[in-house]
Amino acid sequence: MSAAMYSQKVIDHFSNPRNVGTIENADGVGEIGNVTCGDIMRIYIKVDKNGDEERIDDIRFQTFGCGAAVATSSIVTEMVKGMTLDESLKVTNKDVAEALGGLPPVKMHCSNLAADALKAAIKDYRERQEKDKE
Amino acid sequence: MRSIYLDHAATTPVHPEVIAAMLQYFRPLYGNASSVHGFGRQARIAIDKARETVAKAIGAQPNEIYFTSGGTESDNIALMGVAEAQRDKGRHIITSSIEHHAILDTCAYLEKAGFEVTYLPVNADGLVSLTDVNAAIRPDTILISIGHANNEVGTIQPIAEIGAIAKAHGVYLHTDAVQSFGTLPIDVNEMQIDLLSLSGHKIYGPKGIGALYVRRGTRVHPIQHGGGQERKLRPGTENVPGIVGLAKAVELAMQEMAARTEHMTRLRDKLIAGLMAVPEVKLNGHPEKRLPGNVNVSVKYVEGESLILSLDLRGIAVSSGSACTSGSLDPSHVLIAMGLDHLQAHGSLRLTLGRDTSEADIDYVIEVFPQVVEKLRAMSPLYNRLEKEE
Repeated sequence: MSAAMYSQKVIDHFSNPRNVGTIENADGVGEIGNVTCGDIMRIYIKVDKNGDEERIDDIRFQTFGCGAAVATSSIVTEMVKGMTLDESLKVTNKDVAEALGGLPPVKMHCSNLAADALKAAIKDYRERQEKDKE
Repeated sequence: MRSIYLDHAATTPVHPEVIAAMLQYFRPLYGNASSVHGFGRQARIAIDKARETVAKAIGAQPNEIYFTSGGTESDNIALMGVAEAQRDKGRHIITSSIEHHAILDTCAYLEKAGFEVTYLPVNADGLVSLTDVNAAIRPDTILISIGHANNEVGTIQPIAEIGAIAKAHGVYLHTDAVQSFGTLPIDVNEMQIDLLSLSGHKIYGPKGIGALYVRRGTRVHPIQHGGGQERKLRPGTENVPGIVGLAKAVELAMQEMAARTEHMTRLRDKLIAGLMAVPEVKLNGHPEKRLPGNVNVSVKYVEGESLILSLDLRGIAVSSGSACTSGSLDPSHVLIAMGLDHLQAHGSLRLTLGRDTSEADIDYVIEVFPQVVEKLRAMSPLYNRLEKEE
């Protein structure tokens, strides 16, 4: 597929992805997808805990996948950085696609999993918190 | 920005001489070849001459050439037409697991209609085994359909040897020569081919025109009905400009065959060497028995559509066998049949050269490719994991 099928915003995020990389000693790591389907997204979060308030202080991603997979990963990191965990959990895959100005229909399911990867990272963070309490 | 087209296996630019030859058959020579008057006769003369040109290119007789709308239609007539005509003799067809979908989907349709199809495996280079062909033949086998050269990986099958096997068993041999015709020499008698599909737009001719060669005496039923055109095998008013354009493209291909092959082979080998200089890039397809214009590599840890997109943004047009580019969730059936794992299949990249490809084009690709791969690998969770393990 060529650049023609994607919105300008998708191309922008694909060409200049925001927050690429890993976080050493991340508070949570989430991964979604597999090699068979052709998309793997991995999200790392650093959480700033202030009393009961937990905010996403830093977020990074790594993605193996198509243009849509890279762009959704990139924009979700921008969208949720600074949000509380509860706020960020409300972000859906659909919100991510809309923020990109839409995705081609064929990409809506297989490559639009960035919000799910974030949820997995938050779940990982919370499980670690539970363990620390024990 | 630069614009380098390396997707000639998908389609080719129409040669200016082809366009020039076609134009007068839109007007003033726009007649219907079935008409008795002068307009019609001029169209008929043009079609007859074109049929001779196409026939001569494959060592056939003019009355063995049927013009169609392209490779897909030729494949459909060959498979469904033979199946229909031979169904009382037998209902078994042999093909390979790496055929074009025009063959595979038609076979799937025939299976639903009560035929049995054997899909021969291929080896890691994409070659069909002659032993397998022999072993697959049964008393009720009516047709073997094996593509001459594969559209994705460029591997060239031993068609003449398969032809000898088919002949010895009294089974028809069809070959889809859409990728090879005009590039590789073909003689239907020497290679003992009974039916052959070819297309115009892969050889600098127009889209929407192709032909089917049917050896005289071969039993084929039409799959479309309507009139007496193409001796009732492919009824419908002839696409005269397309037929004339196809013939012109064939004429040029025959004249330039040796020069095109030499030019493309040299640049292809330079491109393969340049791409493989990047670590963990593997060549797919046969190293020698391969189309002069075909390069297919797997780039580990990177997904194919990302590669296409990144190269497209740098002005290089290529394709991939990744699932993301197939419109389905599955990667290339050809690469999977050759034994590639999903990671390699998703990371495949096909670059197909043409007569217009220049050395400067290849140099530019060799310069840009490592940068693009490095950027995508830096982003890949799979690559990162490997680095940590080491």
